[in-house]
Amino acid sequence: MEPKKNRIGLEITPYRGGKTTLCAGCGHNAISERIIDAFFEMGIQPRDVLKLSGIGCSSKTPAYFLGEAHGFNSVHGRMPSVGTGALLANRKMIAIGISGDGDTGAIGIGQFVHLMRRNVPIVYIIEDNGCYGLTKGQFSPTADVGSTQKNGQPNDLPPIDTCMMAVQLGASFVARSFSGDKRQLLAILKAAIAHRGTAMIDVLSPCVTFNDHEGSTKSYAYVKEHDEPSGEVNFVPFFEDITVDYDAGTTTAVTMHDGSRLYLKKVAEDYKPTDKLAAMRLMHETHSRGEFATGVLYIESDKDDLLTQMNLVDTPLAFLPPESLRPGKGVLEAVMEEHR
Amino acid sequence: MQQRVVNDFSIQVATVNGSGSQTANLVILRSIFQMGIPVSGKNMFPSNIAGLPTWYTVRANKDGFVARKKEVDFLVAMNVETAKEDVMSLEPGRAVLYDEPLKLNELRSDLSFYPVPFDKLVATVCTDAKLRRLVKNMIYDGVLSHLLDIEMTEMEKALRKQFGKKVKAADLNMGALKAGADYATQHLTKTDPFHVERMDKTTGMILIEGNSAGALGAMFAGVTVCAWYPITPSSSLPEALIGYMKKYRADPATGKATYAIIQAEDEIASIGMVLGASWAGARAMTSTSGPGVSLMSEFAGLAYYAEIPGVVFDIQRVGPSTGLPTRTAQGDILSTAMLSHGDTKQILLIPSSVEECFEMAQDAFDLAERFQQLVFVMSDLDLGMNMWMSAPFTYPDRVYDRGKVLDAAKVKELGGEWGRYRDVDGDGIPYRTLPGTGMPSYFTRGSGHNARGQYSERPDDYQNNVDRLARKFETAKSHVPAPVVEDAATEVGIIGYGTSHWAIVECRAQLEQEAGLATAYLRLRAFPFPPEVDAFISRYKRIYVVEQNRDAQMKMLLRLELPAGATNHVRSVLHYNGLPIDARSLADDILVQEGRKAAETVKAATAGRATVTTAAREGE
Repeated sequence: MEPKKNRIGLEITPYRGGKTTLCAGCGHNAISERIIDAFFEMGIQPRDVLKLSGIGCSSKTPAYFLGEAHGFNSVHGRMPSVGTGALLANRKMIAIGISGDGDTGAIGIGQFVHLMRRNVPIVYIIEDNGCYGLTKGQFSPTADVGSTQKNGQPNDLPPIDTCMMAVQLGASFVARSFSGDKRQLLAILKAAIAHRGTAMIDVLSPCVTFNDHEGSTKSYAYVKEHDEPSGEVNFVPFFEDITVDYDAGTTTAVTMHDGSRLYLKKVAEDYKPTDKLAAMRLMHETHSRGEFATGVLYIESDKDDLLTQMNLVDTPLAFLPPESLRPGKGVLEAVMEEHR
Repeated sequence: MQQRVVNDFSIQVATVNGSGSQTANLVILRSIFQMGIPVSGKNMFPSNIAGLPTWYTVRANKDGFVARKKEVDFLVAMNVETAKEDVMSLEPGRAVLYDEPLKLNELRSDLSFYPVPFDKLVATVCTDAKLRRLVKNMIYDGVLSHLLDIEMTEMEKALRKQFGKKVKAADLNMGALKAGADYATQHLTKTDPFHVERMDKTTGMILIEGNSAGALGAMFAGVTVCAWYPITPSSSLPEALIGYMKKYRADPATGKATYAIIQAEDEIASIGMVLGASWAGARAMTSTSGPGVSLMSEFAGLAYYAEIPGVVFDIQRVGPSTGLPTRTAQGDILSTAMLSHGDTKQILLIPSSVEECFEMAQDAFDLAERFQQLVFVMSDLDLGMNMWMSAPFTYPDRVYDRGKVLDAAKVKELGGEWGRYRDVDGDGIPYRTLPGTGMPSYFTRGSGHNARGQYSERPDDYQNNVDRLARKFETAKSHVPAPVVEDAATEVGIIGYGTSHWAIVECRAQLEQEAGLATAYLRLRAFPFPPEVDAFISRYKRIYVVEQNRDAQMKMLLRLELPAGATNHVRSVLHYNGLPIDARSLADDILVQEGRKAAETVKAATAGRATVTTAAREGE
């Protein structure tokens, strides 16, 4: 049987990456698998993708997907600036940034904040396990109060809710999912890739080695039990038939900038994913019950991204020919005259 | 009446920060310049928005010496707080223009005093009480024009240039200028020796600040991405760049820009953006000062080890820590040369002039892409924020060196065998590919990697890689700007760099004329040191390295880089009080180290030279 090809005629091989060096069963590996599926199914040329990350277990993962894409494993917490620079240089690329809860919530929170604020067009994934895996299990800023370390030590500090921050700061696509929820995560990833602007996805991704025990609120068992989907997420890309039958009463359809559609089948009748306050309320309410609201929590599909705001020429800045970069002799003469 | 001193004096205007005197000061500078006399202007300002004392010095010098002159010849005392101290610090025979109620003439009898009733005069020309404070400054320009013979037509021309399209403001200030000149004509009798006489030594020349020159250079060098964070004294560089780029690099009809300038949230983000942009193929830069460079340290190590280009303008100021944020120094040399942890070596370019700020901006982008590492342009506050006269800049028609970037043809030439960190040509410089060109991809990382760019913790892979990086740095020695060398039949050589150059030029003339001491001179323009540096040091018996820092940072770097023992005869002349270096202090220091007497005792031999007065050190 001939291997399956996507709409641009590629097999899945170029979407795969190197062999993972993370622990067997790590949630991050599942996320890498969904990323591979999403890019393959969307039919995106891997060479048109930039993979960016900081430091940590999560930040190693770009080596494990899209082997033909250029990747940049930068420094701890500072991937947002590297991604911003790369996109300014080449606005035609699709960027995916992988971060962790320590990388984003602690050392990198400053850059995270400003990435959201600028609405940089990047799919920003936090692989969130509430702990530092690579340095053997210390708490991260997303660990819940009362959650314990493997050695029993409880966490006293309140967690940072990255999704809540992202909504508040101006990210135009905010979602939360669970590495174990294949279907939901895949749909969210596809919608995020189609989105122009910062698409922030917090993916709860249990750490099987240091944070998968009783007493952790980010263990497999806990997350599976307390995952509260805000509804069902479905994504129909622009190249597929979009006349799908959805129950009009409980479904919101969001048209993405490229004509793709995101369908959100709601659990609560009054939940509007385009309403910031509603998104904040949902997160507050679920969190106070010890649950995680998952799904696309907030979306603003027509907000200008940073590159649009900067009014850049169409050709990527990286590839502009010298003649459009160096003004003529007359310009230098004119400037010299001003200084005489 | 004393002997006339023509075109060789300094004017110092002492005002209060925020009193709007800068325009009046620039008008004096420009009008003397327009009369063909070499000038320099130095602003000594406090780190403060308003209220603290500030001094602006204009030096006119017929011989073209533009370094700071330590002695003040003509004081304009507008600041009540410092007036007494300023007057007391003058040498006998100097002049003081002051606000009449201050009664400064009562302090001394050996100076020429010119009292001016500023408040009365300003009231007659400016009806708006709120504007009087600003307009008042133009009155001293008028008085100076009369006392020093600065032509009124040139003053007016300079004033109109300063105000540009603001005709109403220019007219108002013209009124004050004339009122000052008229008052002086009617009430003041000249008793000091200082005069301006028209010359032709500035024909065709320009007046510009180093930061504007650097920005202009960056535009012509084809910069496409600039990410920066405000810090004195570097902010005016990206701000000037924004102005030039808006005007010359955006489509006038659509506003579509061939550049992106972004004010980052901090220096770490700004260098991160530079690395991201350069990695993706843009010519990218940032601009900062010492504290910002410190913050960039981690990314600088990544750029070195992962081999990513980028240009950093470091407009040095006084450290450590906040230091003196508005004063000048060359204090970042050593820390920047080895910026970051581990074994790192950064390329430094060191401009001495505004012309070199312009040219080295272009060298910097070419070298950064050729060597795939950061290039630091080590300017300083004196160069960056002060006005310098210069020959107009030469249009750069060289081809941009985009370095070893692979295209399809090159991949074929390499037999399809490509490894990101392979030393194909034996010069230590590997080939890179750019995202979005369809060329083979690679994974950039700061962790251990082999020649193919794959993750590796093998001892031999690490060592081979860092040895190649050292080889690359060796190659850079013959690509960076060579030093400028002036040999002489003498035992004494001077090494200098950056803004010290101007004081050194003058100091050499003083040594020659006053003490008959000829000196050879090498002006460093880059790190790594080209072979000429070692050769120069070995040609002379005694070498003086002149620098504006306490710890002789360049001398230390020479010691580290040159063969053992090669620098045993190298001495230091150090200046580090925050003020721009001056020739007198330098010459005296060298004379003392040479076992000779300093200028104070050789005064007799140089009678009549207004620039030679005393060997007393600043602050003593």
